Amino acid sequence: MGLPLAKNIIKINALSKIYKVGEVEVRALNSINLSIDEGEFVAIMGSSGSGKSTLMNLIGCLDKPTSGEYYLDGINTSSLSKNEYSKIRNQKIGFVFQGFNLLARTTALENVELPLLYDRYRRIKDPARKAIEVLERVGLGERMHHEPNQLSGGQQQRVAIARALVNEPSLILADEPTGNLDSKISVEVFTLFQKLNDEGITIVLVTHEREFAKFAKRIVELKDGRIIRDSIIENRLIGSEELVKIAETFNDI
Amino acid sequence: MHLKNLLKIALKSLLKSRMRSMLTALGIIIGVAAVVVMVAIGDGAQVQVEQQISALGSNLIVIFPGSGTTGGVRMGAGSVNRFTMEDVKKIQDETTLIKAVTPIVRSGGQVIGGTGNWNTQIQGVATNYLEIRDWPLALGEFFTDKDIISRAKVAVLGQTIVNQLFPNLDPIGQQIRIRNVPFKVIGVLASKGQSAMGADQDDIIVAPATTVLDRLVGGIYISYMMASANSTDEIDAAQQELTSVMREAHHIYPGEDDDFTVRNQAEITEAATQTSKILTILLASVAGVSLIVGGIGIMNIMLVSVTERTREIGIRLSVGARTVDVLFQFLIEAIVLSLAGGIIGIFISFAAVFILNHYTEMVALINPEIIFIAVSFSGVIGIFFGFYPARKAAGLNPIDALRYE
Repeated sequence: MGLPLAKNIIKINALSKIYKVGEVEVRALNSINLSIDEGEFVAIMGSSGSGKSTLMNLIGCLDKPTSGEYYLDGINTSSLSKNEYSKIRNQKIGFVFQGFNLLARTTALENVELPLLYDRYRRIKDPARKAIEVLERVGLGERMHHEPNQLSGGQQQRVAIARALVNEPSLILADEPTGNLDSKISVEVFTLFQKLNDEGITIVLVTHEREFAKFAKRIVELKDGRIIRDSIIENRLIGSEELVKIAETFNDI
Repeated sequence: MHLKNLLKIALKSLLKSRMRSMLTALGIIIGVAAVVVMVAIGDGAQVQVEQQISALGSNLIVIFPGSGTTGGVRMGAGSVNRFTMEDVKKIQDETTLIKAVTPIVRSGGQVIGGTGNWNTQIQGVATNYLEIRDWPLALGEFFTDKDIISRAKVAVLGQTIVNQLFPNLDPIGQQIRIRNVPFKVIGVLASKGQSAMGADQDDIIVAPATTVLDRLVGGIYISYMMASANSTDEIDAAQQELTSVMREAHHIYPGEDDDFTVRNQAEITEAATQTSKILTILLASVAGVSLIVGGIGIMNIMLVSVTERTREIGIRLSVGARTVDVLFQFLIEAIVLSLAGGIIGIFISFAAVFILNHYTEMVALINPEIIFIAVSFSGVIGIFFGFYPARKAAGLNPIDALRYE
């Protein structure tokens, strides 16, 4: 047998999340099973209220499930304390948010360094050098001393991606990463995600736009707190090709 | 997270809003400066009072003869006069904590000389009288041990006597007659002014104790003694030592009452310093109120800052900051603000004290203790008023904080 068995990054068993709003119980996630292997690029899709944000919060260790088990990189997170959750967010997960969520009046470099400042185990010896390295990797080596308000939306999101990469996480979790960007810039960002994925980084993307989900390798669709479809994308979009197409369309006009 | 990183983060965010940080710290700056200056003024007043009291005589101890009993009737202080020059010598020789001791032979009467006459008191004393009473000479010289031995008829006049007898004349070398005994004036005492009780201390003539005993009083008994302790701190011990030497000299058995009374000025000093201490406390507590107001200012700004930076807190939590990291970040910001305010306040108070001392009549004294207290108190204010906002920040839920607009 040629291929080694891929490592499980995410293993979810019968995961449920129930919110109590007054007397009413809202079942945001209803006994979900999901497993994601190392090197995958998964898009979690669903309309508003489908439970995808809840799932993302649980995968990102920002919230605790009501019941069920969640193994992240082999660690059972269900029994962990608040501080251990912080440690997991710090070491295992890189977040990319819709609104970029960069610290204002703080240079790109300092923003990228931020997760390393909170790493009490100092796994990375030279934070500044590492931050420069990842900024170069996302193509922002020239702009590392700029503050967010001096950067374009696409550049800001690339700073956020660099920040997500700096701690060498097991998983990058992107929540509507292009929600605030126009389509050309969005394609650029997905091109970057695909490049990172090709380098072996596991990416979980949460989006409600099907056309962007096609940049991933696999789509998990949610509805009413359940997974209704889990499929491999056949006609996957390739970022570099799409960029060429956009350029052509632009020329036609 | 390491303290160094926390400090770096706190300083950065304070520097991001310089104007606001300055204004927030201003409350503490004014509070600390006010407390330090007020305490300095109080301390200055206290030292002035102490100086004035010690001008009455440095570490003065007075030994009065005790009361005698005649047929069961106690006669009151001084009724048994048993001090002699022997006692003075014994105290001089056998005590270690007493710097100097002088007999006082009290006499009085009409003095004639110069252009008039005047009724005054004459004190027969030893050569160290000036030292004991902390009383300098204005003119001439004081008598010497030789004059004491030879019972020389020399006198040193108080300022009032000079004014009465020699208003336009140099009194040095002049003759005066005290109760018809001729004395030669050899010196004039500096003016000492009124005593604490309102008596004119300059209305006095001093002469060698032996001369006064032999020529004016007659007999061997001296009225009382004045002694000076080595230092104010040792005054009680000195008094005890003196008592035991005197008991021995007078052959008083254990259990028997002293036949003399020893007094010092500690009581007067204490009362006066107590007054100025109360003044200091009063001033400091008024100023302390402004320090607390400053602290509330810090709390207010920190609370606003927590709300304003909710998203920042969310970001920090999402990249792995622990609750305590956020708590410490905000706490350290508050402490840095108030400590910096405290230190700037100290510098301002130095300037204020310098101005007070050089350009006004007031005396202000900064003691190092109050600097330490003010700075640590401002730190405590930072912790106290910073804790609530910091806890509020640390208690935020990362999901809500990230969504906060």
